[in-house]
Amino acid sequence: MHNFELVTPNSVADAVSALSGEDAQPLGGGQTLIPTMKQRLAAPATLVSMGGIAEMVGVCVDDDGVMVIGGATTHAQVAADASASYPALAALAGQIGDPAVRNRGTIGGSLANNDPAACYPAGTLGSGATIVTNAREIAADDFFQGLFETALDEGEIITSVKFPIPEAANYQKMLQPASRFALTGVFVASFAGGVRVAVTGASNEGVHRWSAAEAALSANFSADAVPEAPSADDLISDLHGTPEYRANLVKVLTGRAVAAAG
Amino acid sequence: MTSVSMTVNGKPVSGDVEGRTLLSSFLRDGQGLTGTHVGCDTSQCGACVVHVNGQAVKSCTMFAAEAAGAEVTTIEGMANADGSLGTIQQAFQDYHGLQCGFCTPGMVMSAAALLAENPSPSEAEVRHYLEGNICRCTGYHNIVRAIMAASGQEVPAVAAE
Repeated sequence: MHNFELVTPNSVADAVSALSGEDAQPLGGGQTLIPTMKQRLAAPATLVSMGGIAEMVGVCVDDDGVMVIGGATTHAQVAADASASYPALAALAGQIGDPAVRNRGTIGGSLANNDPAACYPAGTLGSGATIVTNAREIAADDFFQGLFETALDEGEIITSVKFPIPEAANYQKMLQPASRFALTGVFVASFAGGVRVAVTGASNEGVHRWSAAEAALSANFSADAVPEAPSADDLISDLHGTPEYRANLVKVLTGRAVAAAG
Repeated sequence: MTSVSMTVNGKPVSGDVEGRTLLSSFLRDGQGLTGTHVGCDTSQCGACVVHVNGQAVKSCTMFAAEAAGAEVTTIEGMANADGSLGTIQQAFQDYHGLQCGFCTPGMVMSAAALLAENPSPSEAEVRHYLEGNICRCTGYHNIVRAIMAASGQEVPAVAAE
């Protein structure tokens, strides 16, 4: 890997300042970025580590009943600390990668990367969460903008993510066992105002909502109400699955998620 | 180059590192602790697992400078004070939990992390926890048996899910 300067700030303000330099990039847990840099697919001049910023670590529920997760919180910590208040999200975090990856990888890093088969984008979009940065708040519906694309500006840091806690929710992941990403995954969340269904590992455009299922499940939150599989047009095709296979997985996993959510 | 200090296996150590110096390189090349193996160097195989502040991490996927001030434990820190094998290491020997031995340091470190978190795991929980550790000899059955033995539980005669 090409060399770079590693900066380890202790505050968001110092991190933002360090990121204003040329070709500087934030470093979360590095579980995607470090392998990418080893392949020389990324070669920043400066990496600004989020790992030492205490104000960006932790899980809490605020006075309005919204779960707030610091951007540098690891998957392992979310799996442990969110389990009482938002078990479906904790379970999602506990299925990412493997134990050693979960001890380093962070929610902010995962969302900023927006891998089309990652788990957190599904949980975040499915929950209708709000991404909080050093500069603004971005609704999940506006945040994910396609393959590895997000609404983040250069040098903008995800400081926390706010999750409204649904009445019932569940994440179903068809594991791709070599990468331990989702081959396809579906997050279903039922709120008083309606049901949200977010799909990862299916579309060439990355995480997205399945509106037909949302409408059907908002009327009747039952596995029997899941509509026919969505169109396979523009779904991912690779050696692990055809678009048609993934379309069917979306339907099946949605049904399983609804059944498991109760 | 910047100087980084940490505690490795209970001893304070320091060394000069570049930004890109991986924790695995710091341990192996800087400290001569070659028990930490680098198998794939792509975060897949888990041979390089060490503990940082008590948590299992892949040392090939963490920069040395990020471990500044941390307590790091490697396979060399798993033996007893008198140099005899620790409980998990002894169980790997007793149950032939290794063939070529290349993955073993990572397996032992992951097993130690599992047993710290869950002292009496089921066989299925052991297998699930080891999903980030790959044995290229495919010797998983005896590794699972060794970890069950190290936890003080009955060892399944024929390991199978």
